[in-house]
Amino acid sequence: MKRPEPVQIVKQRRDDALRALVGGVPYIQYLGMSFDRRGDELTGVLPFDKKLIGNPLLPALHGGVTAAFLEVTAVITLSWSYLWEDIESGSLDFDPSQGTRLPRLPKTVDFSVDYLRSGLPRDAYARARVIRAGRRYASVHVEGWQDNRDKLFAQATGHFVMPQRR
Amino acid sequence: MPDKLKLARQFIEAIPHAQDLSMTLAKMDAGEAVITMPYDERLIGDPETGVISGGAVSALMDTCCGAAVMCHPENGGGTATIDLRIDYMRAATPGQPITTRAVCYHVTRSVAFVRATATDDDTDNPVATATGAFTVEGKR
Repeated sequence: MKRPEPVQIVKQRRDDALRALVGGVPYIQYLGMSFDRRGDELTGVLPFDKKLIGNPLLPALHGGVTAAFLEVTAVITLSWSYLWEDIESGSLDFDPSQGTRLPRLPKTVDFSVDYLRSGLPRDAYARARVIRAGRRYASVHVEGWQDNRDKLFAQATGHFVMPQRR
Repeated sequence: MPDKLKLARQFIEAIPHAQDLSMTLAKMDAGEAVITMPYDERLIGDPETGVISGGAVSALMDTCCGAAVMCHPENGGGTATIDLRIDYMRAATPGQPITTRAVCYHVTRSVAFVRATATDDDTDNPVATATGAFTVEGKR
C-alpha cells in the first residue's frame, strides 16, 4: 500500500496553488484581500482600509466593495473547487519556475447582492458555497460577515460560465 | 432645492472609494446620474487580457445608482443599497474608461428603484447593466 504523503508536502502544494490563483489578479491585491485555507475550505478576508469607505459620515464600507469582495470570494472558491482534484493528484503543479500558465477564472454572468446591514469599518470575511457546477455553468452562493459569523452583513448569488479546460 | 442637490453632489464626490478609483461625476440631476471611471491597471481581473474586474464595475454601478437616488426630488437625503443585481454582458475593452448612467425610475416613501447601464467607447454595446433597490430617507 502507498504510504500517505507527508503533511508538509500536501500543505505546500495546496498553498502554492492558492497563491498562484489569487496572487495573479491585480484587483484582489488592490482590495487587499487574502484567503484563509482549512483543508479545502476557503474564507475570503478583507482587512478594513480607508480607501474602501463608501459613506464617510457613518463610516461604512462601500456597497460596491462589498459586492466585489463577495464576487471575488465566489470566483476563487468556484475555481478552487474545480481545480481541487488536479491539485490533489499533483497533475496541476503551480511551480513558478516551470512557467505554468494559470488556469482561466470562471466568468461572471450575473451577480446579485443582498445588503443586510451596513458594512462597518472593520475586517470582513466571506465564504462561498458552490450550489451547482456543471461543465459549462455554475451557481454560487456567498455569505459575508464581520464580527459575528451569525450576523451576515451581505449575501449574494451569482452565475458563472466555467472556463474551458486547456 | 439647489442646495440639496449641491450637498448630494459634494457627498458623492467625497466618497473615499470613489475618489480612489478616480470616478468623476458628469451629471447628477432629477434622479439621473452619469459617472465615469478611467481604466486602471490596479483593477485588472484577468491578467492575461488586462480586462477590468467585475468587482470594480460593481463599485462604479453602486456609486452611480446611489447618486441617482440622492438627486431624486422625492428623496430627502442619503441612501443605502438594499439590493443590487449586475448582469455582465461582455468584457470591457482594456484601456478604455467605463461610463455608467443610472436612472432612479420609481420612488415610494421607503424604496427607490434604479436601473443602470455601463459602457466603454463602444456605447452601443453595454458592458454591464444593473438593477437595484435603495433606501429612501425622509424629506427634510
